[in-house]
Amino acid sequence: MSIQGKAAIAGVYEHPLRWAPHKTQYQIMAESGRGALEDAGLTLKDVDGLFTSGVSGMGIVSLAEHLNLNPSYLDSNSIGGSSFVSHTGHAAAAIAAGYCNVALILYGSKWSSDRFAIGTGGAGGGDPSEQFENCYGPTTVGDYALTAQRHMHEFGTTSEQLAEIAVVTRRHASLNPLAKFRDPITVQDVLTSRLVSSPLHLLDCCMISDGGGAIVVTSAERARDLRKKPVHILSAAESCYHTSAGMRDLTDAAAKQSGPTALARAGVAHKDIDMAMIYDSFTITVLVTLESLGFCKKGEGGSFIQNGRIGLGGELPINTDGGGLSSNHPGMRGIFLVIEATKQLRGECGERQVKDCQLAFCHGTGGTLGLRHSGASLVLGI
Amino acid sequence: MAEEKKYKKPLPRIDEENKPFWEACARHELYLQKCRSCGKTFYYARGFCPEDLSPDLDWVKCSGKGTVYTFTVTRQNQSAGFRDNLPYVMAYVELEEGVRMLTNIVGCKPEEVKIGMPVEVTFEDATPEISIPLFQPATK
Repeated sequence: MSIQGKAAIAGVYEHPLRWAPHKTQYQIMAESGRGALEDAGLTLKDVDGLFTSGVSGMGIVSLAEHLNLNPSYLDSNSIGGSSFVSHTGHAAAAIAAGYCNVALILYGSKWSSDRFAIGTGGAGGGDPSEQFENCYGPTTVGDYALTAQRHMHEFGTTSEQLAEIAVVTRRHASLNPLAKFRDPITVQDVLTSRLVSSPLHLLDCCMISDGGGAIVVTSAERARDLRKKPVHILSAAESCYHTSAGMRDLTDAAAKQSGPTALARAGVAHKDIDMAMIYDSFTITVLVTLESLGFCKKGEGGSFIQNGRIGLGGELPINTDGGGLSSNHPGMRGIFLVIEATKQLRGECGERQVKDCQLAFCHGTGGTLGLRHSGASLVLGI
Repeated sequence: MAEEKKYKKPLPRIDEENKPFWEACARHELYLQKCRSCGKTFYYARGFCPEDLSPDLDWVKCSGKGTVYTFTVTRQNQSAGFRDNLPYVMAYVELEEGVRMLTNIVGCKPEEVKIGMPVEVTFEDATPEISIPLFQPATK
């Protein structure tokens, strides 16, 4: 069974706040849900599928309770920052199967005002592999840095090339009124920012903000009669890469498995994609993901991202909202990939609008490239 | 004074699957597992082969030698045991036996660490029961 032609995104909402100490996480989710339902022209009473992540083990039940909902479909798949990209695909499948009609995907986080040091706070988990890692001081930044260092060694990728990704993303943020960091930066600014974990500098890293968002997915048929132009979910695919029993090639990402699968399921090729939302926890995440997805050959990401190719007006504009590097990153950014791609496909992006945008690719990475991570790919179109 | 020397980094949780590995480390010996059924050598320690799920495994003593596969000099980590020991080098070392393991490189300046550098295992005694395998520049 294919989801193609069965489900569409009918509503999206990005919470405007990046700093919300005066709100609760669940309040941010409810406000985002209200925004996305209004965008779609639907109400809370229409919702019969609920999706979330970043909550406690049974948090999705508490969320349903908080909203006074009794959904017939629940999914709190929690695979890191890519979770909400995954939820969008799962929602499409649930709708295609007839298990729910209106799916509401919610995210809310206060990791900035809660002072949660996700990037440099160290690890302390109880999973089997972590008993062979926690003692060595892995941090999120450090884990990605392991990939960056190896990529530089094997392919000659430079810090200047990684910095270019941060510079382009900041330029996009300058066109997004909601973005947190909007002042232009240069390659030199990135290179002279302090090293957090070599070879990654501070400006190679995403921020930590508060924030949230929501997505409404419904059947393609129902979406036709709603307020906004439907954005069709053409395909979805997932994967996870890990330490591979000691045999992992650190320069590959899970995108290598999910990306080509998603394109094949949608029946489209790389050259057909008008814009891409690529999870940018770090500059290296973007570079390795673009290679793994197959937008360029392995090892050629450093030259691929140069000369304006990934900027607005370029061959493959990415992260037009300013990404996690410059717009927002409340810990798990996947939902914003889908929200921005949807707005681009609807033509709602104003100054940062990609011309004639008909086909968008989203890829979320959850976890870390250097240890273990999930990948979730989506192809969206109008 | 003893308080100052207390080991503050996270300790591995010893369980039924990883116990022989950590018992060997306590003797300052590094062991890998090899599947008797399919021949796969793997890291980290498990109670079964991650190729064919066979429980029939041999413990193989490592030479303790390898090379740096990749590394990072970590300059920021707020957590206990690490914030007072910055910067430190976290690395994957590729062992002679072919597997890559996460570790720390010690015994040299962080700026001296290079990919491909020959290293050898050394052990830090965290508690009387637990010693952590680390790597230092090879002596020969």
